[in-house]
Amino acid sequence: MSNKDDRPDMKRREFIGKTVLAAGAASVVPGVLLTVAKAGGENPGVSSDVRYGLLIDTNKCADDCTACVDACNRENGIDVMERPKGQSDDDWNGQRPQWIRKVRLKDMQTGEITNLPMMCQHCEFPPCVDVCPTGASFKRADGIAMVDRHTCIGCRYCMMACPYKARSFIHQNVARQLVNAPRGKGCVESCNLCVHRIDAGDMTTACQEACAKDGHQAIVFGDLKDPDSKLAKLLKKQSSRQIRADLELNTGVRYTNV
Amino acid sequence: MPRSTGIKRFAGMLAAGTFMLFSAGALSDSVVTPGSKASGMDACVAPTAEMRRYHMEYLKHDRDKTVHEGIRGLKNSLAGCVDCHAAKDGNSGYASINADGQFCDKCHNYMAVTLACFQCHRKTPADPGASSAGTAKENQGHAFGLLLDQGESATLTEKERAQFQALVREE
Ligand code: HEC
Ligand code: HEC
Ligand code: HEC
Repeated sequence: MSNKDDRPDMKRREFIGKTVLAAGAASVVPGVLLTVAKAGGENPGVSSDVRYGLLIDTNKCADDCTACVDACNRENGIDVMERPKGQSDDDWNGQRPQWIRKVRLKDMQTGEITNLPMMCQHCEFPPCVDVCPTGASFKRADGIAMVDRHTCIGCRYCMMACPYKARSFIHQNVARQLVNAPRGKGCVESCNLCVHRIDAGDMTTACQEACAKDGHQAIVFGDLKDPDSKLAKLLKKQSSRQIRADLELNTGVRYTNV
Repeated sequence: MPRSTGIKRFAGMLAAGTFMLFSAGALSDSVVTPGSKASGMDACVAPTAEMRRYHMEYLKHDRDKTVHEGIRGLKNSLAGCVDCHAAKDGNSGYASINADGQFCDKCHNYMAVTLACFQCHRKTPADPGASSAGTAKENQGHAFGLLLDQGESATLTEKERAQFQALVREE
């Protein structure tokens, strides 16, 4: 602004006025559309009446088992990704997406081994959402933290902010995709609690299903807000922990026996 | 006044271009590719003239509905476009829908539009031959619609659902 006199910048005022008008008009129209859509169908979309989460019993998580990781990779098309020509083992293993991984803890005094399946913890106050400059990191009304890859610019602030190392970045062009799992170079991604299943009415995630199928039953998926869900009942009965509870993120993924 | 002439010329080209696009479409054949499911059908998910003009808006609208609100199987789903508009490649598979001369390339090539969508989105319908990827769930049906309006639901069998999760065949 290079105004020499003290008159306010009228162009600027005009612009602000128009913007406010336009914003008003724009917000009326979707409102109308929304009500029409809701009146017509039984598919109201996500709702904050539910909050999805997991409870993981580390005692039941077997040391040599990778069923959850394998199932996740299959479900989300991670297993069909190909190693770029000439990439080293280190780069390939370090850079391919990993939505769930097993963290192995060893108590140095007793030698006791604990396995923690670790994935996005679906925080109520997600740091990834706080730091995202474009709004691509967001939390769905039902509590699922995820990336809208249409708005992700690949800055990776969210990866830095996540205390759980839950997010992956796609470094290379991807040749093969599943219909359910689009994926391409330059975006961040992470566990989305198998949203495509939830939206289709399923109440299982790939990891939970695989774990149950193998007879371990270490993972329970459900609605934290429904007092009658198996998840909520288990949480009420036994003491569970949030990983890094000190950060007060109120995670949607809880662990017992750690 | 070189500046205003430039704008006029640009506006003229734009108008002519639009006119040519629409008149060509209205008078002669459509760009629907032979060998696609659409080539044996009467209508798109919206009237043809509307689709030509507004498909990008529809796609973006439904994209946000799906990703943020969890409403799937919408009329203008990108997976739906691919399902109807991808053409058989003469072998047992499909040609990539955005490859040279294929449906999503025909007008875009002419209009110099470059789509980023298919860097991530699958370019062919799910492959019925491939073994199922993903841990498909048994029993209850899965709502999935191509031509369905919001709220309507169709039921897929277990086998069909597996097909939608099948791997892409390499081109
Ligand atoms: C159910 C199958 C079906 C689906 C799904 C479908 N289309 Fe179509 N589409 C058709 C058919 C059939 C036509 C030809 C209509 C005609 O002959 O007038 C067509 C025509 C069109 C045209 C006009 C082509 C021309 O000749 O000018 C465009 C553009 C188009 N579709 C885009 C899309 C997009 C984008 C999507 C996804 C949002 C989509 N279609 C989904 C069947 C489909
Ligand atoms: C960086 C990767 C990426 C790019 C590029 C991308 N998408 Fe997506 N898209 C996704 C992901 C991930 C989803 C979520 C899929 C899911 O949850 O099933 C999605 C979902 C969608 C959906 C809803 C699902 C469907 O099939 O209808 C639409 C519509 C869509 N995208 C349209 C587009 C369009 C149009 C473009 C190009 C302008 C585009 N996308 C580019 C990753 C991408
Ligand atoms: C009848 C011609 C025609 C066909 C066929 C067509 N498009 Fe388009 N499309 C256009 C035109 C013209 C534009 C550019 C409009 C503009 O610049 O305002 C466009 C733009 C787009 C855009 C916005 C691009 C951007 O960068 O914002 C998307 C997304 C898109 N088309 C998707 C598709 C998909 C997916 C298909 C194949 C299923 C398809 N289109 C087939 C004519 C077509």
